[in-house]
Amino acid sequence: MNWIAIWVTFKLAASTALILLVVGLPIAYWVSFSRRRWKFLVESVVALPLVLPPTVLGFYILVAIGPHSPLGRFYNELVGHPLPFTFEGLLLASVLYSLPFAVQPFAAAFEQVDRRLIEASWTLGVSKLGTFFKLIVPLSKAGLLTGAVLSFAHTMGEFGVVLMVGGNLEGETRTVSIDIYDEVQALNYAGAAKTALFLLVVSYAILLLVYAVNRNVWAAWPQK
Amino acid sequence: MAAEISIDLVKTFPGRPPIRARIAYPVEASTVLILFGPSGSGKTTILRSVAGLEWPEQGSIQFVSRTWLDTASGVRVAPQDRHIGYMAQDYALFPTYTVAGNIGYGLHHLSALDRNKRVDEMVELFQLRGLETAKPRELSGGQQQRVALARAVAPRPLLLLLDEPLSALDAPTRVRLRDELRSLLKQLALPSIIVTHDWTEALTLGDVMAVINAGNVLQVGAPIEVFSRPHNADVARVVGIETVVKGRVVGSSDGMVQVSVNGTRLTAVEGESTGRDVFVCIRSEDVVLERGQATASSARNHLAGTVVSATVLGALAQVTIDCGFPLVAMVTRSTVEEFGLSSGVPVVAAIKAGSVHLVSRQGE
Repeated sequence: MNWIAIWVTFKLAASTALILLVVGLPIAYWVSFSRRRWKFLVESVVALPLVLPPTVLGFYILVAIGPHSPLGRFYNELVGHPLPFTFEGLLLASVLYSLPFAVQPFAAAFEQVDRRLIEASWTLGVSKLGTFFKLIVPLSKAGLLTGAVLSFAHTMGEFGVVLMVGGNLEGETRTVSIDIYDEVQALNYAGAAKTALFLLVVSYAILLLVYAVNRNVWAAWPQK
Repeated sequence: MAAEISIDLVKTFPGRPPIRARIAYPVEASTVLILFGPSGSGKTTILRSVAGLEWPEQGSIQFVSRTWLDTASGVRVAPQDRHIGYMAQDYALFPTYTVAGNIGYGLHHLSALDRNKRVDEMVELFQLRGLETAKPRELSGGQQQRVALARAVAPRPLLLLLDEPLSALDAPTRVRLRDELRSLLKQLALPSIIVTHDWTEALTLGDVMAVINAGNVLQVGAPIEVFSRPHNADVARVVGIETVVKGRVVGSSDGMVQVSVNGTRLTAVEGESTGRDVFVCIRSEDVVLERGQATASSARNHLAGTVVSATVLGALAQVTIDCGFPLVAMVTRSTVEEFGLSSGVPVVAAIKAGSVHLVSRQGE
């Protein structure tokens, strides 16, 4: 089994989930609490990775961070090497690709929070930000966990985006799914089977965790 | 200038009559304003506007020397900065916090030591000892109400706003807590505004009462004034009870209570109220008029009096009788003609004991 690929995959998935937890919360908050008419525009952009083929998304990201784009040039000048086919470039692509898997459960959880509780918090003198951390986050913890775990699991299994943006560099961007593909191409079915089984077990274990925790959370907090 | 609360606002919702409320009244340490009206009349919207949870399109809200809203000059004070205590109809207790956590939630400006001290005071005052670590879902309705009230008053707000504070409770608890709430509000020496559609709550709790219907304020005054002297037919219809007089319980036996109103004795069924000072409330349609000598009837009360006025309202007529206190009766127009009811005519008013409602009021 290719432990280096497994380590790269785990590092990528964990970093993606962590970044999405930070970036996804304000987006989800805005999506569920804003009353702006053009809210649907943002919502549909966030959901776009759900329907786009990963190759299409990967292609646009590759162009956007390539040496001919302003973003790519800026990064090159700042760090000294270009962004495509590096771990950081792959991470950026993963964050964008998994965005809906984090934002949608977050927003769904926020919308479940009773508005009267939030109003009660405001009248008790607690600011909107304070209310978010003291009240909304604890009440949404099942949704936050679901979003973080789903984006972790989704990143673990991504293939098209990795191939487009990351390439296939050992120890840098070769993830488990690319490794399986390589093994099959080399007709090493035994190696591919081992790695595939590993990915299957890990993915299933993660889903078990999400469902078990969510059930437990619901049992402790009966919905009205 | 006397301390005053002044509310003047316009708020529209699609598909509903616009709310145009103008209420101004002097406020002392523990003045209770009742916003009274049927559901959908706009009373909750007025309360929420005072809390800063609704933004009227136009108007101003002033509390003593503070301006909380003035659309003309663009003043919009956030609910966080109004220093109010607000209790929603269903209490909105925080499910992830304990009783003590709920009460201490608004005390973030205090040090941990002071906060614990204040929470402890509230636990004592609201008789929540032993429940400090319980979660809201483990509490009874009455306990939840006390926690919600404790949470609202713990930060020592300038003004307390209660939206239907008793309506989520079952009937026996409601009656008990109504009297408790009255003494508590006086004890806290905190001005408050209470929304209710229950006339017994208005009488028990209120010092000033605003009758609201279809978004308009119809009358503002002392509750007993509003009940016994409604400005117009709309107010009378909204309050729905025509005779409200002060009385004193003078005795009780066999489940019946004797009440004296200006020397006139009335019999009522012993009910919820236990205090000596009561409001005696009688609906006009529960009063039967008899002519001449009282005949044998099942009604316990036969009050001799004279007609003060008779006003014909379509097929019905409203007759006011002086029987030691003004009593309003609703009879048919044909009765008025048959009995020759006009000012000065002697009549006997018969009222069943069960139709004489007593509402206690402490501290009168």
